[in-house]
Parts: sequence; C-alpha cells; structure tokens
Amino acid sequence: MTSASFERARDDARLLVLESRSGRLHDRAVGDLPELLAPGDLLVLNDAATLPASLTGRTAAGEPIELRLAGPPTGDRWPAVLFGAGDWRTRTEDRAAPPRVTPGERLDFGGLTAQVVSVALLSPRLVDVRFDRTGEALWRALYAVGRPVQYAHHERDLALWSVQTAYAARPWAVEMPSAGRPLGWRVLGGLRRRGVELAWLTHAAGLSATGDPVLDAALPLPEQYDIPERTVQAVARARADGRRVLAVGTTVVRALEGAARQSGGLCSGPGTTALVMGERTRPLVVDGLITGIHAPGESHYRLLGAFAPAAALAAAAQHAARRGYQPHELGDLALVVPSLAVAAGLRPAARSRAPMELARAAEI
Amino acid sequence: MTAASYGVCMNLRDTASLVTGASRGLGRALAAQLAAAGSRVVMVAREREPLEQAAAEIRSAGGIAHALVADIGDIESVHPIAAQAAALVGPIDILVNNASTLGPTPLRLLLDTECEDLTRVLEVNLVGPFRLTKVIAGSMALRGRGLVVNISSDASVEAYPTWGAYSISKAALDHLTRIWAVELAEAGVRFLSIDPGEMNTRMHADAIPDADPASLADPAEVAARIATLIARPEPSSGARLKAEGVAP
Repeated sequence: MTSASFERARDDARLLVLESRSGRLHDRAVGDLPELLAPGDLLVLNDAATLPASLTGRTAAGEPIELRLAGPPTGDRWPAVLFGAGDWRTRTEDRAAPPRVTPGERLDFGGLTAQVVSVALLSPRLVDVRFDRTGEALWRALYAVGRPVQYAHHERDLALWSVQTAYAARPWAVEMPSAGRPLGWRVLGGLRRRGVELAWLTHAAGLSATGDPVLDAALPLPEQYDIPERTVQAVARARADGRRVLAVGTTVVRALEGAARQSGGLCSGPGTTALVMGERTRPLVVDGLITGIHAPGESHYRLLGAFAPAAALAAAAQHAARRGYQPHELGDLALVVPSLAVAAGLRPAARSRAPMELARAAEI
Repeated sequence: MTAASYGVCMNLRDTASLVTGASRGLGRALAAQLAAAGSRVVMVAREREPLEQAAAEIRSAGGIAHALVADIGDIESVHPIAAQAAALVGPIDILVNNASTLGPTPLRLLLDTECEDLTRVLEVNLVGPFRLTKVIAGSMALRGRGLVVNISSDASVEAYPTWGAYSISKAALDHLTRIWAVELAEAGVRFLSIDPGEMNTRMHADAIPDADPASLADPAEVAARIATLIARPEPSSGARLKAEGVAP
C-alpha cells in the first residue's frame, strides 16, 4: 500500500491561470479556484472512475504480454492494446513489441482468460478481446488481476485509490481523468457556495500512449461518453443566459464538443466521439477548461489551441517549465479562460446569491 | 401567506443500492426489501455461499441483485467494492452500512479485551463504513442526491458490561453519521443512523445465546420498518432513529 504522503493532498496542487485574450499568466493554487471563477459559471466534471486496466499475462504460446484495456466494452467486446514483455518501469517507447496474435487466440492472465476477437488493420497491437466470464464474476476478476495503467515517470506502483477523483462513480476510464484529481470537496463545496454550478458526465478517458508510432499518431482512439439529461439542460441554460461553460479536463471537452457535433445536436445519453481538436477548431459549447500542465507536441496541448492563441500557449508552457509546474497526471493544473476580469468578481454577476453568502465564500 | 413546507419522499424505484453484511440477518432482509421496492441492489459480504444464495433468492423473486464477496474491514477492498457496484448497477443512490462484528464471543469485559480485537471491531464497524462512504458519497454530492444509512444499536447509547468494543464502535458510528450530515447538508446527501432493535439473528445468538428467540423481532419485519423510514422525507439528516414502533 502506498502511503498518503507519496501522492500530494488534492488541493496542494498549483494552478497556472492563462487568460487567453490578453495572454496574462497568474501563479495560483487549486484552492483559489472558488475566487477565480465567477458566480454563474457552469463547471462540468467527468465522474468516470479509473479501472485497473493493465493486465499481465501470457499468450497461448507462453510469451509474456501486457494487455491494456482501452475503454469500456461494447457488448462483451473490450478494446485493448497489447504490449510485449516488461511493465510500466520501461518507457513506453522502449517497450518490446508484443507477439503477433490472431483472432480466436487465448490470452491468460492468471485466473482470467480472454479470447482475441479481432485485430485492427491500423496496428497489430490494437485488438478486441472477450473475457471468459461476464457480470460480477468478470468485475471481480478484473479488480483482482488488474493494476492501474501507469508510466515510467513514477517510481512506484500506483495504488488504485491514488488514481481516482473525489467524485468518481462508474469505472469507465482506463487512465485517470486527471484534471479532476486535485479537486477535493473543500474546493468543490467552495465553488458551489460561490455560485458556480457543478454538472457532470461520464467519459471513458483512453490510453495516452501505446508505444506504436502508427497507433500513437491515431490517438485519442474513439472514446465513449454518457451525458445525463440534467447536464444537457444545464449547458443549454448557461448558453442561453450567456454564462460560461467550463470543462474539467480534456475528456469533458471532447464529450461535450463531440456530442454537440452529432447530427441531432447536444443530446443526453451515451455516444462515441473521435473528435480531435486543435487551433482550427471553434468550440461550440465550452468556453474554457481546467487541465493538466501540457507541453508542445502532446495531443492535449494541441487541443488547447482551440481555446488560446499559439503564442499565449507557448509562453504559458515556458512559464510552467521555468516555475517548476509538475506536468504528470498527479501534478499541477492550468486554468485556461478567456479572461479573469469577470471571474474575479470585478463585474458581480446578477445572480440570486445573497451578498452574505458571497462574503462567506470569500473567506473559505 | 406563508407556503406550507413539505418534504419529498424517496422513491426507491430505479435507484441503485449497496448493502454490506448482506448474506444473512438484517442485511439480507434489507437487500430483499430494497429490491422488492424496485432498487437495483449490490450485496456485499465475506462468505460467498450464503451471499450468492441470498442474491439468487432476490433474483428469483423478480428483483435485481448482485453479489460482491469482500471484507469491509479491508482497506484494499474499498475502491474495488465501490467501482464494481457502480459498474453493475450505476452510481449508488443508497448505501447501507450494515456489516458489523461483535469481536470475540462470548463478549468480554474491557479489562479482558485484547487491543487487536478492539482494533478489528473498529475497522469493521467504524473505519470500514467511513472508507466506503468516503468513496461513494463524493459522487452523491456531485449528483445532489443520496442516502447513507448506518445501522446502529442501542448499545451505542446504553453502557452494557462486556459490550465495550462493539458499543464504542456504534457510538462513534452515530457521531460519524452526524458529522457527515452537517458537512454534506448543502450537497443534498442524507445520513441516518438507525437502531434496528433486538432481532432474531445469528449475531444476537452469538452475543446472548440464552435469549428466547420468540422475544426477538424478525429481521424481515425490521427491514420493512427501515424501508419505511428510508422513504420518509423526515426526520432531517443526521438523526438517530429507532426502527421499533415504526409501522412497516
């Protein structure tokens, strides 16, 4: 069991604020979020819990493999990526290629067996598998055999609890929706008292690296989401009132923007998105986001191009590197909003919040 | 004119529930009661056979029930329980922390209680419910709805000799209920401590072997009363209630 001191307490994380219109940067803390956002802002979170999606096993021929689940199943078919011998301690790009597998082949994970259903044309590492059991029995086996997906920049095994947000429910994510991790209930309760509305959706955050350049270039793979009717209504009300819609994490951006681009518009319910955003993408729903610290070249950084000019993003990335912001999934956060002028309360929004309540929120 | 205030009852239909200690006694009866009212139920207990039998019984009566074998007192099992439950029935709306242990029986005077036994009783009866609630109530708070029921005992308020370890765990659990309630009052999550009264269960027989079973309540009747309490809009969150005397 990793001790609590290994990972930092949730709201100790630093927060780099980028005002995308002016390019202004501010060094703040995640605990400052309630005073940085404005009453009336709608903040949408991803409530997916993180699966123990890494399974270590052997092929029918006895060759060692690691199978990383790439998302929740469609029916009983789980998308997954195969890795060769070794584990997260080796950098993903240095990992041995997995042995070739063929449909029908059995993969053994020590008490849990999967059958390869199909192998993708894009990459022989991308497969669909079907496990030898379903329902409770499958979930029990997955939680007994699986470990959280992790990468070589950590020195120790990550415990399952350390890759969960403070509001996680259904286990859909194969990597933690990490922008939400530093948000504890002191901050979330403070945001509500501030008059920030919280809403949620479930988005199956996928793998961020596969070790196969062809497959990596195709990331993120299509990801499943499920948007509750209440959230669709909350977004519609916010847009109608001219209030801002802010996403916690790129997964929430992809779910909302992906859903809004479906032929029927933004609807509640489950869906799949393959949306890749960049500087040419005009967001239809989301005005800003809270995200990790990203570097040029990463797909998350490209997505930020839809929310801030390239020069401002480059300056922010340099600032973050110079000031020692932690870039990994247990690290620091960035808030990218058009401007803080409204958010800082300089133009108090005319909401039904008593001044007393705002005053109290400011003390927290 | 002042508008009369009224509460909104909790409709159990299409909710998701998790009940610990569900393989026998009150937990089993509560799971059956919740399932009969239309809730999708996940049942947790340590012993596979009676648990799976209890779940199968509920399913054969037309309810939705899943069995998860786990030890509430084991820190490693908390996230797996919560996540598997949500995977099976969706985000949990009702959490019933019912599992508990007396510690070694026959019950002992405090001076004869081993420190390790006290620790184990607190792990199962107090720390386990805290951990499970901590992992599940965050999602309830985000969604603005949820109910957590902690099963208490009259031993939490009365000082019975030899009941020390169990009593203090339940007294602390009652207070845990109250603290949760004040902290999550604005988030729309309710917390109740419910004292079921003396029941004809294996736990009661372990504690008081010579009690007359005829003088003890049937767990199924008590579960029906608790279901009534759960559905009521009142009393307010944080309350400690007695199942005794409630019309089922």
